[in-house]
Amino acid sequence: MIVADRKPIEDIKEMLTPYKKILMVGCGTCVSVCMAGGEKEVGVLASELRMIDKMENKNWEITETTIQRQCEREYIEPLEEKFKEADIVLSMACGVGVQYMVEVFPEKIVLPALNTTFYGTTVSEGEWEERCAGCGECVLHLTLGVCPVARCSKGLYNGPCGGTDMGKCEVSKELDCAWYLIHNRMKDLGKIEMMGTFIKPRSWKQSLNGGPRKRVREDLKK
Amino acid sequence: MKGGSNLEKILTKGEFAVTGELGPPKGNDVEAVKKKAGMLKGYVDAVNITDNQTAVVRMSSISASAICLQEGLEPVMQMVCRDRNRIAMQSDIFGATALGISNMLCLSGDHQNFGNQANGKNVFDIDSIQLINTVKRLRDEKKLLDSDEEIEGEVKMFIGAAANPFAEPYEYRPYRLKKKVEAGVDFIQTQCIYDMKMFKEWMKVVRDLGLHEKCYILAGVTPLKSGGMTKYMANNVPGIIIPDEIIKRMTSAPKGEGAKEGIKLCCEQIQELREIEGVHGIHLMAIEWEHRAGEIVEQAGLLPRPKVD
Ligand code: SF4
Ligand code: SF4
Repeated sequence: MIVADRKPIEDIKEMLTPYKKILMVGCGTCVSVCMAGGEKEVGVLASELRMIDKMENKNWEITETTIQRQCEREYIEPLEEKFKEADIVLSMACGVGVQYMVEVFPEKIVLPALNTTFYGTTVSEGEWEERCAGCGECVLHLTLGVCPVARCSKGLYNGPCGGTDMGKCEVSKELDCAWYLIHNRMKDLGKIEMMGTFIKPRSWKQSLNGGPRKRVREDLKK
Repeated sequence: MKGGSNLEKILTKGEFAVTGELGPPKGNDVEAVKKKAGMLKGYVDAVNITDNQTAVVRMSSISASAICLQEGLEPVMQMVCRDRNRIAMQSDIFGATALGISNMLCLSGDHQNFGNQANGKNVFDIDSIQLINTVKRLRDEKKLLDSDEEIEGEVKMFIGAAANPFAEPYEYRPYRLKKKVEAGVDFIQTQCIYDMKMFKEWMKVVRDLGLHEKCYILAGVTPLKSGGMTKYMANNVPGIIIPDEIIKRMTSAPKGEGAKEGIKLCCEQIQELREIEGVHGIHLMAIEWEHRAGEIVEQAGLLPRPKVD
């Protein structure tokens, strides 16, 4: 899923200060699972904002709603009336959701309430970790299912570097060294010789470095 | 000859080599480089010029290397993968060889989080082993990465890399060196060695793999300056292992005698390293202690440095 984090309340307050009628839109998919922008989080943020409104006389009128997905037109279109009434829209979706709402209703400004952080998973209650960086050319078959791009702090294709310490990354004791994990998996699965294979420099064209990416399936195009 | 450097000549002749280390200033102070170069000249065969080590901005490795050359001290230009993409790296290698630099060391580089530009973006377009291979291709095939177009001129470079026998997973470390050898490394310098037993075990596997015959191995040593420094390094520097008896020896040195004891210990270590089959020299990392490097080399019986040509 796409993992995100809510922006600090001060930042959100500052963004909203010039406006009166605020429409808050939550998203019921990824950011709901990672508890950053689902219905519940919309409610929590709305009550924080109402408190600020009361104490600082902002004259805000806050409307809350949450849709299934902000990255698909069919879920956004039914919001037409609500959009019309609002001065400003505060999206609690990932960056894709914010942008897609703008594309559906170009006459409105949509503000981001979240910082979209990574593609990851819930590792334990209240803890999420990055697993993929969408690099465009997956090498998980070469690393036995541990991503060197997203999980090695230096994105090394031929790790580990000399900084690994007790299985942790040199960058932080909180981070597992991805190459330590790769090594141990190869060893445990009887494929240690894979650690000796030199992985050649890749092309970054398929990643963001080749410019914004687009996927086309001619057979599906109408 | 691959790079035709003094270091390469010494190693090919079978002499026991000594390399040193010089950290460029945190600014453009030419005199600072010249001063340090003056302290090392005549005591080492070549000197590593660090490339923004610990991710702290310093004078570029390429410029400080060029200044050392003018001073008559041969540089080993370090290059890290953190700050440059393949365009900048290959262009800098052209530039470096044009200036007469003929040794380089290919490194991943410390993560920028450690330094004074922690908000910066890193590059890591290619990694250190891929860099070794890229330099080799420039030198031996006269071709850029991913291109069949022949380059103009010749890239003469003696290619080095680092190896850390003391970083996990230990059992893999000799094989990582093998990977570097296959990628085309000519010499390697190790992380500083305090745990002799562990280093000897690593060297044994290295010999069993025949790697000591395919690249020159320079054993890394760093003199300990005091008991405090010893404890600090043991506890805080990842990838460095200091056995308890060394910590004890350094912390029990009489007050004011720590440096002396550290140098003595370093010389003993050098003697021990010289005896190990497959060790072709030492890499003396007397960081911010350049003025004592000469003393160490002398006490270790490594003077005068051989003249080759
Ligand atoms: S290799 Fe690329 S595509 Fe595969 S998991 Fe890692 S970042 Fe994602
Ligand atoms: S310690 Fe491991 S995860 Fe961290 S940069 Fe080095 S190889 Fe990558």
